[in-house]
Amino acid sequence: MASFFERMKDRLSKTTDSFKEKISHTLYFRKLDEDYFDELEESLILSDMGMETSVKIVEELKERIRQRGTTATEEARDLLKSIMADMVTVEKKEMTMPVIIMVVGVNGVGKTTTIAKLAQKYMNEGKTVMVAAADTFRAAAVEQLTVWSERVGVDIVKSHTGADPASVIFDAIASARAKGVDILICDTAGRLHNKVNLMNELSKLTRVIDREGEGFDKHNLLVVDATTGQNALIQGRTFNDAVHLDGIVMTKMDGTARGGIVIPLISELGVPVEYIGIGETAEDLIPFEAADFIDMLYDEGNDEADDQ
Amino acid sequence: MAFEGLSEKFDNIFSGLKRKGKLDETDIKKAGREIKLALLEADVNYKVVKQFTKSVSERAKGEEVLKSLTPGQQFIKIVNDEMTRMLGGDVQKIDYRRDELNVFMMVGLQGAGKTTTAAKIANLLRKEEKLTPLLVACDVYRPAAIRQLQVLGKELDIPVFALEGENDPVAIAVKAKAYAAENGFDLVIIDTAGRLQIDEALMKELEDIRDRVEPTEILLVVDGMTGQESVNVADEFNKLLDISGVVLTKMDGDTRGGAALSVTYTTGKSIKFIGTGEKLSDIEVFYPDRMASRILGMGDVLSLIDKAQSMVDDERARELEEKMRANTFDLNDFLEQLKQIREMGSFSSLLEMLPGANSKALKGFDMASTDAQSIKTEAIINSMTPKERANPDIINGSRRKRIANGSGTSVADVNRLLKGFEQSRKMMKQMGSMQKKGRKSRFKLPFM
Repeated sequence: MASFFERMKDRLSKTTDSFKEKISHTLYFRKLDEDYFDELEESLILSDMGMETSVKIVEELKERIRQRGTTATEEARDLLKSIMADMVTVEKKEMTMPVIIMVVGVNGVGKTTTIAKLAQKYMNEGKTVMVAAADTFRAAAVEQLTVWSERVGVDIVKSHTGADPASVIFDAIASARAKGVDILICDTAGRLHNKVNLMNELSKLTRVIDREGEGFDKHNLLVVDATTGQNALIQGRTFNDAVHLDGIVMTKMDGTARGGIVIPLISELGVPVEYIGIGETAEDLIPFEAADFIDMLYDEGNDEADDQ
Repeated sequence: MAFEGLSEKFDNIFSGLKRKGKLDETDIKKAGREIKLALLEADVNYKVVKQFTKSVSERAKGEEVLKSLTPGQQFIKIVNDEMTRMLGGDVQKIDYRRDELNVFMMVGLQGAGKTTTAAKIANLLRKEEKLTPLLVACDVYRPAAIRQLQVLGKELDIPVFALEGENDPVAIAVKAKAYAAENGFDLVIIDTAGRLQIDEALMKELEDIRDRVEPTEILLVVDGMTGQESVNVADEFNKLLDISGVVLTKMDGDTRGGAALSVTYTTGKSIKFIGTGEKLSDIEVFYPDRMASRILGMGDVLSLIDKAQSMVDDERARELEEKMRANTFDLNDFLEQLKQIREMGSFSSLLEMLPGANSKALKGFDMASTDAQSIKTEAIINSMTPKERANPDIINGSRRKRIANGSGTSVADVNRLLKGFEQSRKMMKQMGSMQKKGRKSRFKLPFM
């Protein structure tokens, strides 16, 4: 497990550096005055936490500081850390085998790549996996998943581009049942959450899964690009309305993206982030641990020790 | 609540200002803070927001707002002006030369929409500018990316250059350019693999492609929903490649497109196109002023202000201003004002240009009756004698009865008009004395 953590720390160094820098900068404040809170609010906003959440965090911090009667910036920092940890701690929903995982999200967030990584991961855990290429809309999406399925070595159920995605899923469930696979992962076309007809189509897919997938556990995953700003919250809300979400995967966390949107996303939707993507390979999809994530945001100083 | 509320938020800020007859520094500071919050919710980069609010409040503290009779409107105009300016001002067209080989290179993060955008641009320029495009598949990393471009090319009947088995994007790009030159193409659009701006090896590869094929346009494709990070992405790509422009994608979502403001401000490079849908024809030339309205969530206020300004005769406006100061503004002047407003169009059509005109608040508002009201008012004044119009004070009970009969209205209608006129005259008197302290400024119609 230590290697996971180290790996995450290493890959996310860019992500966390700016935040750490900012947060530790607030340590230089001698007083917990308005300047301190302004600076803090700014650093939270810069990490994409959004205005509302940033203000909420700062208000909560003021309240806790008042209760404790503390004046030390060190202690304020610890309080801040616990506030954020509280916000991202949500119970994860365990899957029971066999399960149908449906992967949804807006265009270009990395759904297909994430599916390949998930398939690899479950294979490594000794599960039998099948994928369904239900993104029948985007040019060559079926081919993309096919290439991945060959690389990973899992079965794929597919049709041609332009086919009815519901029929692909229908076939895939029948096939998964016949072959007795543990996990069926369904790719879906990327769709902007404000396209009502496309969201309705997604609801229809879940109905097909519910109807045909008797005996299967169902698990819906939303894939979110970590570079997305406040729009991610609306994405989360709308997709959660259309298909009940069980978990979130944050991709592209290895950029300099702040990924701060994780915090309002979890705290507002109450849906846990299950994985974060920090690179191109299957090993780069790592389980998200709220406590570790927060620790890492604040874990300054150790980096230099590691380097030496 | 982030975006649904934004348009309303701006409405609130602006309508709060519009109600005020005079703005002081506190008002401006308060509005500045509210604008700041609203922009942050729209994902405009924090540093850009700071700079923006700074330049807005500096201008707002100047004479044009403080001394204006309609400070709220002036303030809004400044916000809109500044935003349009920061978005690049005028429309920047794509750069191409006829009878020469134009080479475009698409770059950006993974999933921004480079491949789709490459196809869309090729299609657009073939249709609008009669260029003969060749699409080049240089994304050798993502599975089926080449296939994706080939499918799009086939759909549009645009040739796609791809080299099976060649893993070096630089080599593909170089060969594609030579191929295009030999085969009568005048536009080459190179689709490159998505990459993180911090990935040194892959960024070097883009540099190599650029150095070898010397593109005439390097277009950075940015997801319109990008958050605070957009600044870093744009900055790094621009520093390394000296991009020539930006394409903003997925603008058909409900994003406010704060990335637009951040990207232009950071790089100084203009946005040339926006992607507005999944169809291959869904691409538009970027208009900074429209984007400003979009980010601000307001209607076409600028057009309205321009329209009002063009309709009002400067000479006559100055005369009215004098009258107002001297408190000799009478019903004749009032009638003229009314006519001027009506010349601009019906109230309903004017309201449509206003921010929030589609909001819930206006749903119950009967605009047709407002139009009818102004017709009635005109009729009443027309039934008055010139003497009565110049001296409304002489209009007693029997005169009121006559006027009501003459205009086909009731005495109550006449009373309402006279009362309203008296009130606005008092208001003008106050403003007039306030004006004397200041220097020359233009008189504005009260409805603004």
